[in-house]
Amino acid sequence: MAGPQRSGRGAGPQRSGREAGPERSGRGAGPQRSGRGSGPAVGTGNTLARHTGLAAAVVAVGVGLSYALPSSRLFGFSQFVAYLAAVAGLTVLIGLSGQLSIGHAGLMAVGGYAMALTQNLLYDQGFTVAPAPGTSRVFAAVAEPTAAPWTLPISLLAGVLAALAVGGVLALATAALRGPYLAGLTLAFGLVVVPASAVISPLRGEQGLRVRVPRMPDGLGPAVGETRWRAWVALVATAVVLLLLANLVRGRLGRNLRAVRDDEVAAALCGIPVARTRVLAFVVSAGTAGMAGGVYVYLTSTVLPGYFGLSLSLFLLVAVVLGGSGGLAGAAWGTLFIVAVPIATTEVVGGLHVGPVLAARLAGNLPLALLGLALVVVALARLRDHAAVRRFVGRRRGEVSEARDDTGSARPAHGIRQ
Amino acid sequence: MDRFLFLTIDGLASGAVYAVFALSLVLIWRAARIVNFAQGAISVAAAYVAWSVGTHVGGWWLGLALAPLVGAALGVGLQRTALRRLGPDRHLEAMIVALGVVMVVQAVLGMVYGLQYEPMATPVSDDVLVVGGVSTTSPYRLLVVAVAASLVVAVALLFARTRLGLRLRAAATAAEIARLSGISVARMTTIAWGLATGLAAFAAMLVLPTGLGLTPTAMDGVFITAFTATVLGGLDSPLGAVLGGLAVGLVLDYATGYASDPNLAPLAVLGLLLAVLLVRPRGIFSPGPARRV
Repeated sequence: MAGPQRSGRGAGPQRSGREAGPERSGRGAGPQRSGRGSGPAVGTGNTLARHTGLAAAVVAVGVGLSYALPSSRLFGFSQFVAYLAAVAGLTVLIGLSGQLSIGHAGLMAVGGYAMALTQNLLYDQGFTVAPAPGTSRVFAAVAEPTAAPWTLPISLLAGVLAALAVGGVLALATAALRGPYLAGLTLAFGLVVVPASAVISPLRGEQGLRVRVPRMPDGLGPAVGETRWRAWVALVATAVVLLLLANLVRGRLGRNLRAVRDDEVAAALCGIPVARTRVLAFVVSAGTAGMAGGVYVYLTSTVLPGYFGLSLSLFLLVAVVLGGSGGLAGAAWGTLFIVAVPIATTEVVGGLHVGPVLAARLAGNLPLALLGLALVVVALARLRDHAAVRRFVGRRRGEVSEARDDTGSARPAHGIRQ
Repeated sequence: MDRFLFLTIDGLASGAVYAVFALSLVLIWRAARIVNFAQGAISVAAAYVAWSVGTHVGGWWLGLALAPLVGAALGVGLQRTALRRLGPDRHLEAMIVALGVVMVVQAVLGMVYGLQYEPMATPVSDDVLVVGGVSTTSPYRLLVVAVAASLVVAVALLFARTRLGLRLRAAATAAEIARLSGISVARMTTIAWGLATGLAAFAAMLVLPTGLGLTPTAMDGVFITAFTATVLGGLDSPLGAVLGGLAVGLVLDYATGYASDPNLAPLAVLGLLLAVLLVRPRGIFSPGPARRV
């Protein structure tokens, strides 16, 4: 529980920044419609406290789920939790700022590799704890010291910072441009993960790195178990990300984003820094991807370039579109899809009586085909109209601007813009 | 110096293919104001079909003739069934649909053909000719340059000299006025898609035998390289796309040739794209600032 509290303080200034914002609202006729319009409906309570409570509840539900699920599903659950952070960030990027990234797996790779290198560096510096006597593991005879627990938040933070920096470069390069430039640039970025891991020698190419992550505290024992413990850590990390994201989305950044997405010219006339708002949205989503990558590496104790291929970037996109852009709860549904479909396909194909070659081909490609088909169908059915999810949760936020979008007339025409 | 000469000729040969592919991206951009992210996947699918027919029925040349037809059919199909429904200003959704098509096409190819690498034969030798002690280039690369150059010239003539070309240009640059003059803009857009994806399939048939080979993701790198070339030349400019393609081909060949590490190619593409976007985002040959709304 230390996680959400710490981040709660971190999000404080953002919140107070919004509180201190009435002098902006006079100028902000445009954003008022979408941002402010939904403000009063949220209620007058303390948003930060409510979000922190929600985050804590999410962690509690997750811990409960980690016991309710069969142990064979535990890793899938952890994977879901890790990806959720990236999907939530990408949802903000696509849904609230209307920008498309096809390279978020690349940013996850940045986070994952930075986390791995930091973690191993700290380990090599001797920040370790000896394995407790009596907790004999399989290789108890050659028991090595494990990394000290406090190294994990540091290395995850390093991953986030690295992703923020790289995301900043990518976003700044396309800040003044609309259209396919960011999508193309992120695609180019997503495609360099494998070659970059081969060229940059400390990353050791296809064979990857073994990462010295801290183990479960010895006091917890077999009632928890290492896999479940790691799921909990992932839960806390993702809850922190979601909490920060929720506060950002409700705050000035979210309001500016909606304004810029709905009508760029009006937003600019209202004094909203259009390019900076867009850059910020991308950088924030890059940070969430960095955290997701770091958490994923923590879950597996290894980092391989194959984790972060182009298909993962596309899967994240599918999750965002299926979840319905704009809502963080939709992100959870979408993430569930992209984690569950491959698992389900593998099991279904395993039950079929087909040859091994065909089975391998099906298992490897069916999820891609199904999710791609879902992407096409849902995108054709108009991105924002979709998502039954939002009927439950999305109502509170951005209702006005969404309705406006569906007329299609409010979107600025395409082209290069300065 | 020998090495420089060799890399220059080789770079121009691969640049010729990037130029054709970049030209195909520009055709769709001009007609529909979207970058077709499915172009690579469509061209690979066409190349697979052509390869199947070529190996089972007869020869590379039949495949080369067939690939553009398959590519054009796929492109027209995508445009008619999916993208046209989206309406003209749904660019984000159009990009997303194209990416979904990438996933489906690559998955289907993976299921039918498997993910393994299929080498593609060349119709003439790809061994480097040594002229007077200097390595120059292979007969196949010369053929590639010749075919690519004639494709570019053919497209240029089509747009500059024919009635269809005039209509296509009118529909792309002034849709309202074209419509008033009795031109079916929707049909012109479809034709532009067919032309472009056919051209892309042609480019795939030319480039895949030169070391890339057939895999469902074989054209991903070519696509992003050609995208870089179009950005370099200006998304709106066919001439820019061709020159951009040649320039990118040269840069990549120098980058990977002197360091002798093929892994550097994607990194060089990313670096080049970043540099272009930071220095001259509208491209070198773009005809002035695009419309501001």
